[in-house]
Amino acid sequence: MVNSRTSELDHSTIKPNRKIWNQIKRDYELYLFLLPIIIIYLVFKYYPMYGIQIAFKDFSPSRGIWGSEWVGFKHFIDFFDSYNFWTIMTNTLTLSVLSLVFSFPAPIIIAIMLNQMLAKRYKKIVQTVIYAPHFISTVVLVGMLNVFLSPNSGIVNHIITLFGGDPIMFLADEGWFRPLYILSGVWQETGFATIIYLAALAGVNPELHEAAIMDGASKWKRVMHVDIPSILPTIVILLILALGNIMGIGFEKAFLMQNDLNYATSNIIPTYVYEIGIQKAQYSFSTAIGLFNSVVNIILIITVNRIAKKLTETSLW
Amino acid sequence: MNQLLKRKSKGDMWFDIVNYFMLTIVMLLVLFPLYFVLIASLSDPNLIYSGEVWFFPKGFTLDGYGRIFSDSSIWIGYANSILYAGLGTLIGVAVTVCAAYPLARKGLAGKSAIMWFLLISMFFSGGLIPTYLLIKDLHMLNTIWALVIPGAGGVFNVIIVRTFFQSTIPDEMWEAASIDGCSNTRFFWSIVLPLSKSVIAVMVLYHVVGFWNGFFDALIYLNDENKYPLQLVLRNILVQNQANSGMMIDVESYAAKMRVTELIKYGVIMVSSLPLLILYPFLQKYFVKGVMIGSIKG
Repeated sequence: MVNSRTSELDHSTIKPNRKIWNQIKRDYELYLFLLPIIIIYLVFKYYPMYGIQIAFKDFSPSRGIWGSEWVGFKHFIDFFDSYNFWTIMTNTLTLSVLSLVFSFPAPIIIAIMLNQMLAKRYKKIVQTVIYAPHFISTVVLVGMLNVFLSPNSGIVNHIITLFGGDPIMFLADEGWFRPLYILSGVWQETGFATIIYLAALAGVNPELHEAAIMDGASKWKRVMHVDIPSILPTIVILLILALGNIMGIGFEKAFLMQNDLNYATSNIIPTYVYEIGIQKAQYSFSTAIGLFNSVVNIILIITVNRIAKKLTETSLW
Repeated sequence: MNQLLKRKSKGDMWFDIVNYFMLTIVMLLVLFPLYFVLIASLSDPNLIYSGEVWFFPKGFTLDGYGRIFSDSSIWIGYANSILYAGLGTLIGVAVTVCAAYPLARKGLAGKSAIMWFLLISMFFSGGLIPTYLLIKDLHMLNTIWALVIPGAGGVFNVIIVRTFFQSTIPDEMWEAASIDGCSNTRFFWSIVLPLSKSVIAVMVLYHVVGFWNGFFDALIYLNDENKYPLQLVLRNILVQNQANSGMMIDVESYAAKMRVTELIKYGVIMVSSLPLLILYPFLQKYFVKGVMIGSIKG
């Protein structure tokens, strides 16, 4: 091991840059293939990172990013001191943590159940149906919430009144924003999210099941002691990704579901960044909030990854 | 072995019964909302309003669809969405596939550096405003380019295609071809691409669905209504309750207007989702394939 490493080192020191240059010359076409993506990333991903500095400046369009004056952490402090800082933080965290708690386990359970289904045809039908909502756009999903939950004509309120209840103004009620956001998310994405777990379950060594059957294990026991432990690495990876994205909760649905009446719970960081930045054109303040959000997010994903590595020896990197 | 599997204990039988029962319930819970939109879009709005439509369309009418199709904004939205999805997919898939091939090759100098260059953008980004200011400075506001170029070559897609190349096109193939004097470009065109039809199909599907369903970029970057994609037109009707006056020509009373609006809402949900929902069962295997290749750790 040690020997091979040193010989590799020698190899590269004896033939220095010459070799790499020859390689690049030989493969120049491959680098041309890479050129478009590199240009796109430099311009549209990396240049905006340079633009982040306006979070520490008072950006004025006429003076440009570079010419605007430095103000240090002023915008961050303003945000932390603002009267709605805690509301927005609480809303963002509550919404994403609750979404995760309810939407993360669902596909695992459904995948395990589907995996136990022996009738192939029926299984296929169930799968086709439960994947389908994934292909519905966010606008249509929120539109469906609107028509189903309409206080006058929606089917949900028809059912409520049928059982003698009073119609509920679901979308105009701040208390209903979170349940609706989460439930509609579960409805839309659970099916599609099962695909990965089904793939993992298909990879479970059949000999483990055979051995368990020999030992007289029931289906339930095999699920608990064979299936679940076998897909645990997949679960951990997806959990890290999900936890790391806690602050990155989607803008689109919250924005579409938001109205003046549910603002108290629907005002989350991404919608606030949009409101302040695009609608009110306070570019620097909005950028500062966005930056705060992504920094928290990066810290989260690094921490979670580290913890996962220690506890389960599974990690993203 | 088969016999072992077939011999069921009582507990296993209950397990199966409960399992099938619950999955059926889950399936119906997913299906019913979609089905209800369909029957409601074909029913008399008065009967929807009074809560008499449950499992079958009542007072069958195509009035809603008639109003929707006579409205120009829907057609403009459709045409724009097709244009954006077409051009965006072309650019997106080309950039992705071209980038993935070199990254799949063994021994390309600087490969991991380039990979990191792409990956970092996944964890850290400039954010909404700096990106918006850039698009503005480039004079791309209110143009199709703001929608189709900045997002081209998403990291996840590149990883999917790269993984596919790595597992289906062995390096020996390239070595053999290069000994015969084949250039990289020629090899890519005449060997790699023809062998990669399935992953390209997956990419095309991902892009088409993404563009068809997307509205955020259009919301931020477009302000000319004649350039709105379908989803923005839908947002006006479905979420902001602004059915176009063209759809309401002959409706006088306020109450009737409300009812027709509801009917139109059910109709536009169908009109906009139907193309994908009809195609999807046929294309399902490609999507599944895409998710599977993507889940292999790259």
